[in-house]
Amino acid sequence: MIEAVLQISLVVLAAAMIGLVYRLVKGPTVPDRVVALDAMGVNLVSITAVLSMLLDTSNYLEVILLIGILAFIGTVAFAKFLEKGEVVEYDRDQ
Amino acid sequence: MTVISEAVIAVLLLLGAFLTLVAAFGLIRLPDVYTRNHAASKSATLGVMCILLATFVYFFAKDGFFSSRLLLGIAFFFITAPVAGHLISRAAYNSGVKMWDQSVRDDLKTKQAQKKN
Repeated sequence: MIEAVLQISLVVLAAAMIGLVYRLVKGPTVPDRVVALDAMGVNLVSITAVLSMLLDTSNYLEVILLIGILAFIGTVAFAKFLEKGEVVEYDRDQ
Repeated sequence: MTVISEAVIAVLLLLGAFLTLVAAFGLIRLPDVYTRNHAASKSATLGVMCILLATFVYFFAKDGFFSSRLLLGIAFFFITAPVAGHLISRAAYNSGVKMWDQSVRDDLKTKQAQKKN
């Protein structure tokens, strides 16, 4: 029973990923694409969790944390780049 | 694994997958970047938290393995996903992305105009 539920949720997550890819390709503005990429990172975490249950191993649980942290840092860097034009500023420039 | 824990895992998994699908549909269907961000940052966060909780219950019920990394991951997503959504929305507003043409009011714009005068 649990195997079937895992496979169903994996298919649903893959369908959601396709929807996000559509928004990533089409998105009229840059923030649209960043939102889609952020949601794709979150979706990838869910897929990793479901796969680790399906493969019955607890070795992939670090990957979940790692992808979450990397997605957050990437989103913050992109937001700062969009707002100020650079990611790391120097105080002496002002 | 008992029947009750299997049922809990199945319900959490299906709920998480459904919420993630709702987020994807919101990203496709909603009209501008702010409404899309509203869909993505709430629904996808709750979906991934449900699925991580299901994973935690799965390993705890099957092997008796208490994975603190999964709990840490849940807490991390709960904290960071709304912050990331807020930053992107703010960056979009400040870089001049238009709102949906049927939006009625923009309080931030009037506030900024008052500050300039």
